[in-house]
Amino acid sequence: MSKNTGKLPKLLLLLAASVAAAACSPIEPWVKPYERDRLADPIMALDADPVSSAYIQHVYEAREGARGAEGAAGGGCGCN
Amino acid sequence: MRFRLGTGLIALTLVCGLSTSEGGVLPDDRADALYHLYDGGGVEINGPSILVRKQVGKSTSFVANYYVDMVSSASIDVVSQASPYTEQRKQWSLGMDYLRGNTTMSLGYVTSSESDYDAKTYSFSVSQDMFGDLTTLTLSYAKGDDIVGRSDDPTFAQDTQRRDYGIGLTQILTRNLIATLNFETITDEGFLNNPYRSVRYADAGSALGYSYQPELYPRTRTSNAIGLRAKYYLPYRAALEGEYRYFTDTWDIQSHTFSIGYTHPMGPWTFFGKFRYYDQVSGASFFSDLFPYEDATNFRGRDKELSPMSSQTLELGASYEFIRADKGWRFIKKGTANFSVTAFSVDYHEFHNVTTGAPLGQEPLYHLDANVFQLFFSFWY
Repeated sequence: MSKNTGKLPKLLLLLAASVAAAACSPIEPWVKPYERDRLADPIMALDADPVSSAYIQHVYEAREGARGAEGAAGGGCGCN
Repeated sequence: MRFRLGTGLIALTLVCGLSTSEGGVLPDDRADALYHLYDGGGVEINGPSILVRKQVGKSTSFVANYYVDMVSSASIDVVSQASPYTEQRKQWSLGMDYLRGNTTMSLGYVTSSESDYDAKTYSFSVSQDMFGDLTTLTLSYAKGDDIVGRSDDPTFAQDTQRRDYGIGLTQILTRNLIATLNFETITDEGFLNNPYRSVRYADAGSALGYSYQPELYPRTRTSNAIGLRAKYYLPYRAALEGEYRYFTDTWDIQSHTFSIGYTHPMGPWTFFGKFRYYDQVSGASFFSDLFPYEDATNFRGRDKELSPMSSQTLELGASYEFIRADKGWRFIKKGTANFSVTAFSVDYHEFHNVTTGAPLGQEPLYHLDANVFQLFFSFWY
């Protein structure tokens, strides 16, 4: 038991070193720009019609107790 | 403001919605002209919304929106406690997006006015594209300052302040799947109740068995909401989307929202359908349909939106591309005509309908059916 416990800090150190090493290397985009044609299709837009979605969102907020974190905040797929 | 919960919040929704930036890319130049109609529960609200967005130079885009609500109300609140009324609310929004490298900074300003409510909202957000544009991180802040009045008392003026903090993460997961996670905290301080609405309490001395006294809400409210949304490109050309949101606040309101939507293009047409289910599992701690006696609690409210409730919404829409994107017409790259119908069905679990004339304690629960119609034209240039 004590032997196994002694290995734990070394394992954690190794894990931390691996994470640190991974953080230093650039992350390879796993979906390449030329593979984003479907995401760039207008039917995939997260907020295709802002004037309409803002209106319907305010109808929801007037009729319900909840508010926020709904709809298309954020957005963008870098595919244009 | 008599029919609404949080008029200023509506301004905030619009400024956040219209100023939504897409990190790394400026929004398209476009103009939209929309007519909206809400009809249900004795309330009719209609009016236009006009939006124009234009890029200036290589890195800045401006947006302006003019929005009107023309209200004619004989809602259950109005029928049971006051007289039907009409009013108009006008709102102007201005926004700017500035793109620099992979960073987009957005500024927004919204002002709205009606006979008894003035609201101003300022907003700022930053979006950053990362990891080969697979990830977009957005931080947002908005500040709202409202003045609540009473149309029957020109000396009545109360302040409400609002702060909105948001963080959003949009992630491309596969070549067919994109997801976005949003967290939003909104905190209010000031006069938060409706100056016209009353609560009812049991009163043996009254012929009805109850009497009314004005609402009294806490002067602060903080809410937290977290939402996850994903959109998937199906094996054929169509898109499926799903959304879940959890909401909780310091008034003890708690709710879950689920929705599923489907988009299907067919030649120049695009059809859209969405089903949304909202479940307010817990109402505000100070809500009661009938208080046991006058001044029974420190705070009191009988706004039906503060009651436990559930609603189902079905939205169906169609869009017709009359100026094709592959051909264009003069300086217009694309033009669409759009129509949608949204049907609401709302069940209030603790709010009773006192207009039926049923004896005290036997009034049926209130149920609301409403329809929303939207007709709009969009042009890209």
